[in-house]
Amino acid sequence: MTLQSHYIPNTPEEQAEMLAVVGADSIDDLFRDIPDAFRNPTLDLPAPMSELDVQRELAELASRNRPLGSGPSFLGAGAYNHFIPSIVKALMTRGEFLTAYTPYQAEASQGTLQVIYEFQTLIGSLYGMEVANAGMYDGATSLAEAVLMACRVTRRSKVAVSNTISPAYFQVVRTYCQSQGIELNTVSPASPGIDDATSCLVVQYPNFFGYVEDLEGLTGLAHANGSLIVVSADPVAMGMFNPPGHYGADIVTGEGQPLGIPASFGGPYVGLFSAKQQYIRQMPSRLSGRTVDSQGRTGYVLTLQTREQHIRRERATSNICTNEALYALASTIYLAALGKQGLRQVAELCYQKAHYAAGEIAKLPGYSLPLQGTFFQEFVVQCPAPPTDINRHLLERNILGGLDVSPNGDYGGEGIPNGMLFCVTEMNTRADIDALVTALGEYN
Amino acid sequence: MARGGGTRDTSKLLMERSVPGRVGAVLPESDVPPQAMPDDPLLRRDLQLPEVSEPEVVQYFTALSQLNFSIDTHFYPLGSCTMKYNPKINDEAAFQPGFAAIHPLQPGEQSQGALEMLHRLQGYLGEITGLPGVSLSTLAGAHGEFAGMLMMRAYHHARGDTARLKVAIPDSAHGTNPASAAMAGFEVVTVASDDQGNVDLEALHDLAGPDLAGIMITLPSTLGLFDTGILDVCRIVHEAGGLVYGDGANMNALLGRVKLGALGFDVIHLNLHKTFSTPHGGGGPGAGPVCVSEELASYLPSPVVARNGGGAEYSLSTPANSIGKMSSFHGNFGVLVRAYTYIRTLGKEGIESISANAVLNANYLMESLRDKYLIPYDRTCMHEVVFSADWQRARGVSGLEIAKRLLDYGFHAPTMYFPLIVHEALMVEPTESETKETLDAFIQAMRDIDREADEDPDLVRNAPHTTPVSRLDEARAARHPDLRWQRP
Repeated sequence: MTLQSHYIPNTPEEQAEMLAVVGADSIDDLFRDIPDAFRNPTLDLPAPMSELDVQRELAELASRNRPLGSGPSFLGAGAYNHFIPSIVKALMTRGEFLTAYTPYQAEASQGTLQVIYEFQTLIGSLYGMEVANAGMYDGATSLAEAVLMACRVTRRSKVAVSNTISPAYFQVVRTYCQSQGIELNTVSPASPGIDDATSCLVVQYPNFFGYVEDLEGLTGLAHANGSLIVVSADPVAMGMFNPPGHYGADIVTGEGQPLGIPASFGGPYVGLFSAKQQYIRQMPSRLSGRTVDSQGRTGYVLTLQTREQHIRRERATSNICTNEALYALASTIYLAALGKQGLRQVAELCYQKAHYAAGEIAKLPGYSLPLQGTFFQEFVVQCPAPPTDINRHLLERNILGGLDVSPNGDYGGEGIPNGMLFCVTEMNTRADIDALVTALGEYN
Repeated sequence: MARGGGTRDTSKLLMERSVPGRVGAVLPESDVPPQAMPDDPLLRRDLQLPEVSEPEVVQYFTALSQLNFSIDTHFYPLGSCTMKYNPKINDEAAFQPGFAAIHPLQPGEQSQGALEMLHRLQGYLGEITGLPGVSLSTLAGAHGEFAGMLMMRAYHHARGDTARLKVAIPDSAHGTNPASAAMAGFEVVTVASDDQGNVDLEALHDLAGPDLAGIMITLPSTLGLFDTGILDVCRIVHEAGGLVYGDGANMNALLGRVKLGALGFDVIHLNLHKTFSTPHGGGGPGAGPVCVSEELASYLPSPVVARNGGGAEYSLSTPANSIGKMSSFHGNFGVLVRAYTYIRTLGKEGIESISANAVLNANYLMESLRDKYLIPYDRTCMHEVVFSADWQRARGVSGLEIAKRLLDYGFHAPTMYFPLIVHEALMVEPTESETKETLDAFIQAMRDIDREADEDPDLVRNAPHTTPVSRLDEARAARHPDLRWQRP
């Protein structure tokens, strides 16, 4: 006997009517192609619950996590705490967006297709690039696909990866490249040592430690060797810093999470992916193109699909199918709302507050800023004690500290002795920052 | 489509609506002493973003949303996509600050509720599939496939078995299967289907040798059929030293009916955005967890959630022979919360009821339309039924045109021209969450369109007539790619 669920309308009477039409004696009859010995196994799952009980259980689980809003938070390192206007959630959760499929039936999906076209426009503009696609899974997979694409474009298989990119991103690039005969080399952006066998130079901007790389010099160096330069760039930093496209970057990717997407324990986010027009046929993922209908009206369709898996199968540019369309929508709404002035304001607030925090921390005995250069909203502090100990102390004061980037830190990478990577955004008030500085001072 | 003009008219793009000086959000003033700005050459001068007010943004995106078909507004019988009802409590659960506002790198003791939830979900998915090793870190079906293929490769390599370069894939497979196998460095070999829609065992036998890494198979197949030779498929591949990969896209048919691990599958992925009701969002996010046998668990992508004694009870860990990290953090957590909520709500009995009603509904459609539409593989179907429009084609109306005409009747089109082995395929998946009234209305529409094919074929050929746009010029879009707005 099956349960009458509130998600499943058929009543036993209706089931009987339908079985009579089908000509089957029972529902189990419909499953007789499954070998007898394996049909209807024991299923050890909990019993059904009422919505009220489910709400209580989920609320209890959620209560055992510390949300970013519950106290000052200075953790970034790839997922950022930014202001999200209320309209982002209100619009993206409209059922017409939320419960639609991938827009293969263009006439029934003009809303989604036009949103993708807007997204492509805004991301291309943000990065200073000619074309952007409909989005990838996240920042790391975007970068990994960019590396694969650069190898296809150049027909070279050596890749130079800066040692200042996110260790997590490096690991994902390594996973994606492991079966493709690609040689990954870690290089210093100060002397990348690339040659005419190098397919691409991979850098992050600002880099994992928050500092702005010399994109002009690195791009020149890559191009002098016939290599591409692939840049993973923070989209919010584009509100004040020159975009990679300004320096001639070939492929620019990024994590879309800072553009109106909650941290959500790491996902769902959206990967940003843009390139020079000349490489368009080597790009992964969907593209929405503007065209006309049979009556001459403007409309949008998925286009250049011969790059994609459902047409090209094993010769496709990527296997990606489902991406993160809903969060591309969220980013589009966010960028529409923030606009030209708002994004610059957010970027400058992050910059101002981060520099205030860094300056105050550097005044504390025992604390220093070991890295030189221009940083945006993140910076590394060399602490007088292991970062894990300091973070424990901060948490006792309800402050979420930075990421442990010491050589023994759990996030990987080469590390900086007793290094802690702090992130300060527009969400941190001066009072938050002062509380952090006070608490760090106590630890000395 | 214009809606009375003004800012609710969708014909103008964001940049075309932009009016210098308008703002859509107000941010706080800086409350810290002014800091020196960076060197001037680093600063941007050309930021080109729209300037629109908040009401305009709301009006524009609301108007855009209304141009879509969606599950909430239309029956969406898109085969292989499992467009079932997406419960609202799932969204609410994922949006609470204790889930939506937690940082992926915050200390484990600050995220025990999230980790415990993930650990339980790993357990449920392992139980449902009979494959106890589970990683939730893969972000979509194809991403899970890629991970599975890398695991297959790593498994063979660890045994010194480096000559297994081929992966067998049935001719009815989704395009992601060969694309994922190729990304993992394998050569794809296509296996034919037999006249019952099953894998041709003789053909499989012929290519099962020391160079076979394994097979990728979808069960039920994209024909909507349970492969009755599945035990032989697994045996042949295993005897040749290969592994069996299952594409779980069609798991809605099998929930509680059979465990793939028991049949002999070694690795599968699930599509939580299909089977477990998480919204598809117009093309994602999805989640494509991989489930594997104990023998393969050490190869899972990183991280998995482990339960341990002392200190933080749950923690993230990397399996011993892991293929590595597949994504920036720990997976599409918000999607995982929704799937967990769904499983908890339905429980054992509800989960079993899904497959029961999904399969009943599909067979009901098949029987109710068999006199009007050709059924190329005439067997009891599973969660979806594949028709061929060959009878209509003979009268000058194609499957595509029938699909487009359905839009005029207020139904989303079925999947068209897939699987590739069915001529004029129309693949219909009703799911368990539709009412009999809706199914009956769809049946009537399909019968009406069949009649129109005789009485007024041009009406069908030129469809759709009622959507915001008519048939779009795809050739022009591809010949002259216009992929972003440019300042005129």
